[in-house]
Amino acid sequence: MNTFLTLIKRDLVLAYRGRGEAFNSLIFFGLVILLFPIGISASEKLLSEIAPGLIWIAALLATMLSLDNLFKEDFQDGTLEQWAVSQHSLISFAWARLFSHWVITSVPLIIIAPLFALSLSLPTDAIGVLIVSLLLGTPLLTFIGGIGVALTTGLKKSSMLLPLLVLPFYIPVLIFGASAVDVAADGWSASGQLYILAGLFVLGITLAPFAVATSLKVSVSQ
Amino acid sequence: MNIIIKWYYRLGAPLWFYPLAGKLIPWVTALFLLFLIPGLYMGLVTAPADYQQGESFRIMYVHVPAAWMSMLVYFAMAIAAVVALVWRVRMAEIMIISSVPIGASFALIALLTGAFWGKPMWGAWWVWDARLTSELILLFIYLGILALYNAFEDKKTAGKAMSILTLVGVVNLPIIHYSVVWWNTLHQAATVTAFDKPSIHIDMLIPLLLMATAFKFLFLLVLLLKMRANLIEQDIHSGWVKKIIQDKQKLEENNHV
Repeated sequence: MNTFLTLIKRDLVLAYRGRGEAFNSLIFFGLVILLFPIGISASEKLLSEIAPGLIWIAALLATMLSLDNLFKEDFQDGTLEQWAVSQHSLISFAWARLFSHWVITSVPLIIIAPLFALSLSLPTDAIGVLIVSLLLGTPLLTFIGGIGVALTTGLKKSSMLLPLLVLPFYIPVLIFGASAVDVAADGWSASGQLYILAGLFVLGITLAPFAVATSLKVSVSQ
Repeated sequence: MNIIIKWYYRLGAPLWFYPLAGKLIPWVTALFLLFLIPGLYMGLVTAPADYQQGESFRIMYVHVPAAWMSMLVYFAMAIAAVVALVWRVRMAEIMIISSVPIGASFALIALLTGAFWGKPMWGAWWVWDARLTSELILLFIYLGILALYNAFEDKKTAGKAMSILTLVGVVNLPIIHYSVVWWNTLHQAATVTAFDKPSIHIDMLIPLLLMATAFKFLFLLVLLLKMRANLIEQDIHSGWVKKIIQDKQKLEENNHV
């Protein structure tokens, strides 16, 4: 437990010192959202209709792309190898890294999402549900995506590979996340969708670290 | 596991697998044809035309077995993935990578024949129906596994990474399938399909079962061919492949004389 907290603290301090990087995925998130009114139509009615799916897709892409260098540095400088041979479990290493990555990249995104939601004229009643659905959904995206990153860490060129591996597994999260906001925007209760999302959340954060740790072991032993 | 047994499974298996598969191939081909020919004949000729869909329902005899096989192949791969990860059996890894293109082809065939069937029945090549969508996702998962395997230079690492991804996929497939079903019922009025009849006439069912069995042997046949090809490709520099090539050359020389 102690090593676990040390790891998280280390990652957070490192992220704080290189503050600029954390904003990159936020800027990307904003840019993707900007593309839709320009590409489709700026009509308020249409935008408010597609806003839930749109924000969710933008959040999904931003989360996925931010994952790319999750383990890369540790792999290249040998930290990962040291972890693999030490007495500490790779699972707790994976958990700590994924969790701190979520705090660094997804929490700011969740804080800023309501602003973009308003710019797309999403009904204000749905904003609470949007935040809750993102709170439950983005850790899942990070943890599932972590499996893909861990599998491709040892590869030299893997930028196009990660989306291929990860996107099919993101579909359930997108379905329930976007639908929760959609239903809330229509004035219905979104608790059903949020419960399922919470179930997936528990499943994801308990099972995914095992797959991440095994994949890391494979990448290290290469 | 005993180190000698482990070594044997790692290195020795191709020695007996390769000739054994060679001997099995004609038998499997025979079984495939044995089920395919009556299945096709009954399906295309003797089965009665559907009272709603007319003759075009006959595409079912390719579409349905292909869709079944696309799922069955994945489950076979998942079992092989467990074997590959737990016991480090190399043949299981070869089996998975040989199955991936076959499973992807079955999924593609199911999607294409579905489109050809859908055009006269639904009036559209594609509808975002739950089964179609999850079949498409399955195809993408197959392609992802293939892309991951091909990205690694070292085939030993590639095999392990691919096995892990296959297992992640098998955990996720039911979740994906049911969430797509749920999404579909929520977003669309139920698609009226002529296929949702509670029962199927026995004259139509028998050719379907024959075709489904034929497709299983087809999978086995292509799998054996592909596994042999993959083994030769990976072990091209090892002794047993060289011996096979030498034997072949000798045989040809004798024939020339």
